[in-house]
Amino acid sequence: MSDDVASLSATQMDALREIGNVGAGNSATALSQIINKRIDMNVPRVSIVPLGDVPDLVGGPDVMVVGVFLRVYGKAPSNILFLLPKESAFYLVDMLMGKKRGDTQKLDFLDESALMEIGNILSGAYLNALFNFTNISLLPSIPALAMDMAGAILSVVLIQLGQMGDHALVIETEFKTDDEGIKGHFFLVPDPGSLETILSAVGVG
Amino acid sequence: MPELVKVGMADLKVGKAPATLISYGLGSCIGISLYDPQLKVGGLLHIMLPDSTQSRANENRAKFADTGIPDMLDQVLKLGASRGRLVAKIAGGAQMFAFANATDIMRVGQRNAAAAKEVLSGLGIPVVGEDTGGNYGRTVSIDLSTGVYVVKTIDKGEKEI
Repeated sequence: MSDDVASLSATQMDALREIGNVGAGNSATALSQIINKRIDMNVPRVSIVPLGDVPDLVGGPDVMVVGVFLRVYGKAPSNILFLLPKESAFYLVDMLMGKKRGDTQKLDFLDESALMEIGNILSGAYLNALFNFTNISLLPSIPALAMDMAGAILSVVLIQLGQMGDHALVIETEFKTDDEGIKGHFFLVPDPGSLETILSAVGVG
Repeated sequence: MPELVKVGMADLKVGKAPATLISYGLGSCIGISLYDPQLKVGGLLHIMLPDSTQSRANENRAKFADTGIPDMLDQVLKLGASRGRLVAKIAGGAQMFAFANATDIMRVGQRNAAAAKEVLSGLGIPVVGEDTGGNYGRTVSIDLSTGVYVVKTIDKGEKEI
């Protein structure tokens, strides 16, 4: 088996789940403060899935989503992808721009910029928590945004992993506002070599 | 209702009329079809990367242009296709996110398209339709009754190549 991710122990999976928990908890708080709404999040899913199955985690490869992508630099290079179904992204823009729910029907330059900033803030919060937990300092790139089919957007991350293996390790959290108006998926996808660094930092390497 | 056969990421399917082969949500990946118009058999391959020799994990041959295309050729020949009649069409190879300092991996779409054409030309199979590049996703399908290759997008409509 050439995949290093396919052979993780239960303890290691737990450690990763805890990292996801702390990181996403911090992100959810940040988002909640920005939009002034309660955010519920589920227990992070840590999954090792065949690359081709990753789009199914968000509803299938042809579902229309808005994706904010950030490359993460540092000792454990990774990718962050924040995916929102189209309707959720539009509602989030309504809130950020002080519009009525349903006003946003397509994204203009300013809307995109606002969503990228959200991706930026969530990633910053996530990585800060990760730093407190692991002492690994990680810096996000400037964000990039695309609105398209989930499979096409995820392929950016999956192709990078595809060079090293046939499975992806994803730490994924689902966010929901309490009115269910916004649902989002936050993915942290460590590069294959980064996994070892993260696991040793929390003592389960 | 003709059969609709799904082709996943890094996956390859072959078949004959009246089946339609379809692959959803391609970004930088490429959907490569082979088709024998007389016998109405063909295949669809969804590659992710150009070159298996540059990769540490190359067991899945359908992931790469250089190994996936010859495998698809073998399989359609086994279905009775004539090598001299085969034609190829390709679509995909987008760059989904624009970064000022795009690294090589960001531009993998372009490299995928170039590799696909090079491998096909090396095998002597003409590329009769192409829709590659851009910054948007594509869902591609080939109807094996007609050889029509449909490319669907979200903002740029639908076209046949």
